Formats: sequence, structure tokens, C-alpha cells
Amino acid sequence: MKSFRIHKGKVAPLDRANVDTDQIIPKQFLKRIERTGFGQFLFYDWRFLPNGESDSSFVLNEPRYRGASILVAGKNFGCGSSREHAPWALADYGFCAIIAPSFADIFANNCMKNGLLPVTLSEDEVSAIIERARSIDNYELTVDLERRLVADGGGFSASFAIDDFQRHCLLEGLDDIGLTLLHETDIAAYERKRSARIG
Amino acid sequence: MSGTLFEKLWDSHVVREPADRPTLLYIDLHLVHEVTSPQAFEGLRVANRRVRRPDLTVATVDHNVPTTDRSLPIADPIGAKQINTLRQNCQDFGIQLFDIDSAEQGIVHVIGPELGLTQPGMTIVCGDSHTSTHGAFGTLAFGIGTSEVEHVLATQCLPQNKPRTMLIDVRGELPEGVTAKDLALGIIGRIGTDGATGHVIEYAGDTVRKLSMEGRMTLCNMSIEAGARAGMIAPDETTFAYLRGRRFAPQANAWNEAQDHWKTLRTDSDAHFDHTVQLDASTLEPHVTWGTSPGMVVPVTGCVPDPAAAKSESDRRASERALEYMALTPRTRIQDIQIDRVFIGSCTNARIEDLRAAARIVKGYQTNSSVNAMVVPGSQAVKRAAESEGLDRIFRDSGFEWREAGCSMCLGMNADILRPGERCASTSNRNFEGRQGRGGRTHLVSPMMAAAAAITGHFTDIREWKFK
Repeated sequence: MKSFRIHKGKVAPLDRANVDTDQIIPKQFLKRIERTGFGQFLFYDWRFLPNGESDSSFVLNEPRYRGASILVAGKNFGCGSSREHAPWALADYGFCAIIAPSFADIFANNCMKNGLLPVTLSEDEVSAIIERARSIDNYELTVDLERRLVADGGGFSASFAIDDFQRHCLLEGLDDIGLTLLHETDIAAYERKRSARIG
Repeated sequence: MSGTLFEKLWDSHVVREPADRPTLLYIDLHLVHEVTSPQAFEGLRVANRRVRRPDLTVATVDHNVPTTDRSLPIADPIGAKQINTLRQNCQDFGIQLFDIDSAEQGIVHVIGPELGLTQPGMTIVCGDSHTSTHGAFGTLAFGIGTSEVEHVLATQCLPQNKPRTMLIDVRGELPEGVTAKDLALGIIGRIGTDGATGHVIEYAGDTVRKLSMEGRMTLCNMSIEAGARAGMIAPDETTFAYLRGRRFAPQANAWNEAQDHWKTLRTDSDAHFDHTVQLDASTLEPHVTWGTSPGMVVPVTGCVPDPAAAKSESDRRASERALEYMALTPRTRIQDIQIDRVFIGSCTNARIEDLRAAARIVKGYQTNSSVNAMVVPGSQAVKRAAESEGLDRIFRDSGFEWREAGCSMCLGMNADILRPGERCASTSNRNFEGRQGRGGRTHLVSPMMAAAAAITGHFTDIREWKFK
């Protein structure tokens, strides 16, 4: 898995709550059997008008946010379907971290498996970032996983909590299937106990 | 040992419990479908890994299959390729597949219980968020992403952090015409779409005890719409009666042994939950969603709310945006909202009991001339059962389309979608923007409410329905 240690990048504000995975990657793009190439379909119904033209009113289409690699959004980001195509699309588009007041469980899990860091900050901190991303040109943040810190070098700084083991896996880019397979003896022992019980 | 049902299920599946890492849990049943699995199988091939327990893995095709004539080839080449990929993967890795032409095909969360694969005490996962459905049988069942699908295929285990617990205690008799769907929508309306994030819900109380297995599945199915990791109900005689004799359920002596064990799967009276929610079912009404999130819901006697009355600035903006998308104005009576389409289907409400309830409403009536209505049974077995009872005839005679089994217009991956601007009364689980088709407007309701709307052309309080 791709590792994540520290990332500095431009911030795009998506000031909406409950952004669901159907918005992040609409269903018509789930038929592909690859893991790659989903970035072009990210937020498709918001980025593109029904005639296929770019919708200039959508924040990611504003020239000032071109090249953004950090997305900041409202609470309960990634709710709905378990489709991992959502983090695949966000990462493929170029996002490295998502900042929100809260994330849906399955989505946050899926992000971690793909080196995409979900950062949970308070509502006030998220509002402050959104405000700055709107008012300051080329507003950048540094997301430091090692120090669990988000800062802009201009006075804003906030620390975030993350599960120790998930942080360790992200920092090292560990393959967690490989880690589980190291415990073959334990799995086999459980299976013996299980088959004695079930018959 | 004293504990909740969840804790008992969790504890009995611990393979490893290191202090500084997530617990490694054993998975008893892994359900697989065509959409979230191809990249997982590819990952196995790349790493030269095998499927550890093909005997605990079962696959079907449901998400993108057409619901029209199955004797015709699949018109969508990309969808067909995805289905063919699952066929190849099941063949290569030795996994049982209930394919499009099999008598057992259907929505993964309908066929698991129906075949008796889903049994109390199990851990069940699937690359689909509505896996919570299986919790109705006293299982720990949750949706996972494709990386985790690959993890379970390779190891039959998943590293998991222990979720918190929430008790939803429902008392009182559900009034006539108020269903498990209305109960689920009522709960989500109350606690919000993130009200149970990080939690496993146990539904309990006399109301839940009186629900049929179909009703319990509807309730557990919608747990994810409240943000929960899983939802569950302790098994009882209703559960055992449903499972007895099903194809993969324990048979003969094994049945008695299993049942003795299943009876121990209940929360002890002194067990502790992190949160408790209490609800009085006797005051519930049929519910209708008005917005673009399942928490945006009101009783059928209510009105579209005014965003000005929202609790917070962020809720106000979300409501305004939802009303704009839904083309609704504040204070419109729910029963004045006209609809264009009706969809009776999905893993939430496409079981035989759901179809019986809807058929009772439509019997002797014709669908409104401005409404296009369809019924998509949850499985081929549900379809056959309905046909043997003559339900298909009732639906067809009143103007409904009668389709083959699949997820269909719940998520619109196949050809069954709303056109832009069309408004649909749907028995599914998500009213997100564009979920049923770009620009489509979804209102979530129970099967009876959807059926009544198909007849009258607008939302109608089924408590006042004149049955024919």
C-alpha cells in the first residue's frame, strides 16, 4: 500500500454535509473491473452538466482550486454505499487527504487501505479551513501524520486523533493482508476449534 | 459471563487480540457479488494468493443484472464483462456461484437468509453496506470495501477495532398500516444519518419481538442509513421457524444442537450499552422522505419542512439544497406530492411479505394513468412464491410491470433508472441525489405506501385505504 507521512498541498473547500459515495462516484462507473482510472468520474454529476460540459459553478471546476490535493468538507463525509471506488476516484483525481468533522465508518476504512488520509477535525476547525480556502489564494495546508497535525504556516494549526495501528500502517505503507497471514498458526487453531464446534 | 449479544458474537470470533492492534476476527460467511469483487480477485492473483475458505464463500449476481427477459443476452457490454469476470473468478478459485440463470439467483441479502446460509451466531461480511440485513438473525454482519473483500478471501479474517454498542428499545404495538420500514425511517429521522456511526445497534423490545423475519430484515437493513456498523436482533422462535428446513440450515440432530446454542445468543439483563434510545411504536405513522438523505423524513400526514426551522446552519443549507434538488417548496402537504414512478424492490423491501402487503393494496385497482410502476422481486425464489400465490397476476392486472430479480432501480446500475425530473415512490433505502438516475427524485416509503401511491398518483395515507 502507498504510504502517507507528510503532505503539503492546495485546499479545495466542499462545504456540504453528508456527501455520500453515490455523489463521489455515481453508479454508472462501478462496472469497471480495474482499480484505476476513476478520477475522471469523481463527483461526476456535480462536475459535469447533463450535456457533458463542465459545470463552472462547482467548486472543483473553479480555476483557483485546480491542482488541489486536500479536500475539506462537511460532516458525515462518505456516507452510504461501501464502494471502494469512492476513495479510488478521490485518490486518482489527485487528493491525498480529506478533512471533515466526521466520516462514515466504511468510507474511512476504505481510505486508509488506499493511502488516502481521512482527517477528523472539529466543526469550528473545519469551518476555519473552509473560510481560509475561500478567502486566501492558493491556500495550502500541511498534513503531518507523524505529528498528527494540520497547519497552514499562517497561524492555523490543529491536531487530530487517529487509531495508532492505522497510523502505523499508513506511515509504513504496510500490506495488512500480509500481516494477517503472519498469524497462520492462530487462524488454523481457531479453525480447528470452530470445526469441532460446528461439526 | 455477562454481556450484550454483540459482545458474545465478537468474543466467540476472536482469533487474536493483541493489546496494540485491532482484533483479528474470524468470518463465518463471505457473500460476494459482481461489482465490488473483481479488483479483490485481481489482487489475489497479483500476490499469488489463494482463497483460504472457498467453502465459506458464496457468490451471486445482483447489482447490475437486467430485470427484463433473461433469455436475451445482456445488452450492456461493460456490465456483461463484470458478470463474466465474476464467473471466471468463481471458477478459478472454486467458489459456489448462483448465476443469472439459476433458481437461487437474487439480491445477495435476500438469498443468504432464504437459503439458510445466514444463521444465528455467525459473522457475515459482504462488499455491500446493506450486509447489516443479516443481523436480523442474531449475526454480526457488516459491509466492507474491496480491499477488505480481498483480505477475507485471502485469510478468512478481518482486523477490526471494536465498535461501541447502541440499544434501540422499541415498545408498543405498531398501528395497522405502519411497518418495519416506517419504524426504520422513524429511527433515522430521530437519531440522524450519522446517529449510530461507530456503533453496532441491537434492536430490542416487544415491538421488535413481534416483527416477522422479513420485518426484522427491513429494520436491520436500514441500520447503515443511521451510520451504524451493523444492526442485530437476538434470535428467537420466529428466527428458528424461518430457518428450519432451509437448504443450508443444519438438519436432523445438528438442528437441535444448533438451536440449543442459538438460544444462548441474547443480551444479559445486566449488560451495558454505550447508548440507549427508546421509542414508542404505538404513536408511529407511515413515513415518507422529502429530501436527499434518509433522515429527511416526515409522517405521511405531515408537510415538507421549512429550512428556516432547521436546528443548525449546516442543516438549513442541506435542507435548502435538498428542496431545490427535489423541486419541493416548504410546507407542501406530503399527500399533495404527485409521483411519476413506483419502484417496489431492493434488499430492504422485496421479500414475499412485502409483495403480499403491496398486492393487498393494489388488488382490484388500476395504476394511475400518469404513473409507471414496477415490482422487482428480491430473488427468483420470491418471484416463484409470489407467482404461485397469484400476486404477479394482481400486479400485472392493475398495470404494474413484473420483473426478474435483482437490485434494479434501488441503485440503477442496470437499465432501470429514473429519467431527469421524474419523481419516484420507492421501497428502497437511499434517496441520495441521482441514486435512481441522474436528476431523479426519490421518496422512500413502505411497500404498502408505494403501492397506494401507484394507484392514486400521489402519496396517500394507507391507514385510510379502502381494500377491494
